[in-house]
Order: sequence, then structure tokens, then C-alpha cells
Amino acid sequence: MAGHAKEVDAAAAWGGDGSPFRISYGKQMMWFFLLSDALTFGALLTAYGFFRHQYGSWPVGEEVFNAMPFLGNGYPLMYVALMTFILIVSSVTMVLAVEAGHRLDKKGVIKWLTLTVIGGAFFVGSQAWEWYHFIHGSHFGTFLTTEGWGTLLELDIDKQIAVFDFHHGRDIVDGAKGWELYSHSVAENMGHIQGAGMTENEYAPMIPQFANLFFFITGFHGFHVFSGVVINLIILINVVKGVYDERGHFEMVEKVGLYWHFVDLVWVFVFTFFYLV
Amino acid sequence: MERDDLIRDNEYSLSANHDAAHGQEIRKTIWFVTILLTVITIVEVLTGAFVKQYSGGEVNGYWPFIKWSFIVLTLVKAGYIVLKFMHLGDETKSFKYILLVPYFIFIAYLIFILVTESSYWNTILFP
Repeated sequence: MAGHAKEVDAAAAWGGDGSPFRISYGKQMMWFFLLSDALTFGALLTAYGFFRHQYGSWPVGEEVFNAMPFLGNGYPLMYVALMTFILIVSSVTMVLAVEAGHRLDKKGVIKWLTLTVIGGAFFVGSQAWEWYHFIHGSHFGTFLTTEGWGTLLELDIDKQIAVFDFHHGRDIVDGAKGWELYSHSVAENMGHIQGAGMTENEYAPMIPQFANLFFFITGFHGFHVFSGVVINLIILINVVKGVYDERGHFEMVEKVGLYWHFVDLVWVFVFTFFYLV
Repeated sequence: MERDDLIRDNEYSLSANHDAAHGQEIRKTIWFVTILLTVITIVEVLTGAFVKQYSGGEVNGYWPFIKWSFIVLTLVKAGYIVLKFMHLGDETKSFKYILLVPYFIFIAYLIFILVTESSYWNTILFP
């Protein structure tokens, strides 16, 4: 099979009987890059653990992340579960693309790689929505009352109804007590936070690091997903153009596949430590 | 520039290509791992959504058990992704060790530092 690419002898390339690890140079370097990236993410998640352990108390994932697009609140973790599922499925389609590549099945590679790109784009979009919702915050935000910081669930000024949720499994406060807490908080201008930014957030009013770490770590991961989608797209174009037919193997698909699985791998940990635990 | 991914008739490059029968075997493994990862994720999400971490402002007594189950399940998922999807299980033993040993030494050290130092700050800030 003749290609325009220059073929080299294994002994000439490695000065011996070939790669010591029985793995091509490109794949080996991709693994070393992923190792360094894994150390970066490991350090970031360790920093997250540091602040969490230092503060002792932390917002509960199922209470912060309980919204669904078009449906509103009250669906704990359902949207992020969907995002996780999409990412796992796109990892599966990637590994199927790699497998098709080993059989030199160009059509199969195109099909599975296209689905991977679509899944990745879906995930990035979902994360954008998640961020928008996180920054925007709940309907009324959280108020500092004489009982501490509470999220205002319902408010009707005419009927003097205010319902507070003090989180961490405490009882919902409504009725006369709820209204008293609300009117006192507003009259004294004790404190009101809605949404999340770098300096304060309504989910953990005393812990700005909660939002900072969320933005940094999910943002850094989201950037990896975005780059992954772009790289997959480039490789897909090459596959369609027939670059790898000429080369005689689809190892480039395998290399970007490694990167893509790594992105999924990081999300498995982010998902556990930000949403579940 | 010489590129070793263009080497032909080499056991770790071109001949990594396989026939249809072997492909079927690999796809079977892929679907098994897919189902396993999906089931673990569903179990985790349902547990996370419906088991309460706190009641009346206090952490529930059973929560540490659930927390550690989440962490163990996460490591199981990670292991399957790395060994099966990324095929690290099929690489040579020396390559596996060269990646995993330094990583785990470094992360274990980081976690040790984290727990020691943040416990100290916790006692200073919230005595």
C-alpha cells in the first residue's frame, strides 16, 4: 500500500529493536501529557478538599443543583446525571470509533466519531446552562436573618407570607415566624445574596471558595471538553479526507480517543466530589 | 522528520489492526463496561438525590458509609475507564507502572498534606 508518507524502519527510529514500551512515540507522549494533566486536576481537587475540610460545613449538592431546563426546580441531581450519562456515552462511541479504526472500517470511524463530537458539544452546552443557572441563582436568593442565612422559597408581600429553608435538614420556616424573619432582615438590611460570583454566593454565604472552586474546576474541565470536541472534529475531517487511509492505520483516532476518555475520567471525579459527596 | 507512527509491519503500530472476529470480542467488552458505568452512575445519583446527608442541622450517622461508597464506586468507574476504554490494561507492565506509580505516590502525598494542614486550620478557625 503506497502512501505519500515516508515510512521508517523501527530500528532506525528507536535505535534498537523498537520502542521499549511496545507503544508508538505519539501514543506514549499522549499518555505522558495526560499524566501531567491528571496531576493538575488531582491538585485542583485536592485544593477543593482542603477548603471543604477546613470549613467543616459545605452546601449539599442535591440542594444546590436541583434544576432542570424548562421544568424548574425540584429535580435533585437529575440534570447533572443526564450530563454525566451523555459524557459516558460519548466515551463509548469514541472507543467504538477506535475499534472500527483497527479494522480499517472508515465508515464506522466516521459514524462513531461524529456521534462523539455531537455528544461532546451537548455536554459543553449543558455545562453552559448549568453555569448560567448557578450564576443566576434561586428566585429570591438568600437572606441573613436572626436565625442565620436562609434561602427564601416563597414570598408574598400582600399576604405577608415568607417561607425560609435553612438547609442541612432543618425544618422549613413559614407562617408568622417566617414573615417576622423576613421583615426584620429587610428592615435592618442585614444581608441579601442572589446568585453566585467570585466574592459571594447564595449557596454558601460564608464560603466564597465554594463558587470559586466550582467555577475554576468545572470551567477547567469544560475547557478540556471544548478542546476535545475541536480536536475530535479535526481528526474527523482528516478521516473523511482519507488521510489515514493513505497512512494505513487510524492511530490518530486512538490518540485523540485517549484524550477524550481522560476528559470523561476527570468528570467522574468532579461529579463525585462536587455533586454527590 | 521521522515519525514512528508511520512504521509498517511493527507489532505495536500497524499490526495493532485486528480482524472482524477480534473486533466483535472487543465490542462485547465495550458494551459490558458501558452497562456497568451506567448502572453505577444511576445508583449513585438515586442515592445522592434521595438519601439525606443532614437531618436537623446534624450530619446523619450513616452518611460516612455512603460517602465512602461513592468514593469507592468512583474509583471502580475510573479503573474501568483507564484499563478498558483507554486500553492501559493492554499495554506492557513497565509502561503501566511508569504512569501509575509516580501518580499515586504524588497524590497520596498531596492528600496527606491536605488532611494534616486543613485539620489544623479547621481547629484554628472554628475552635
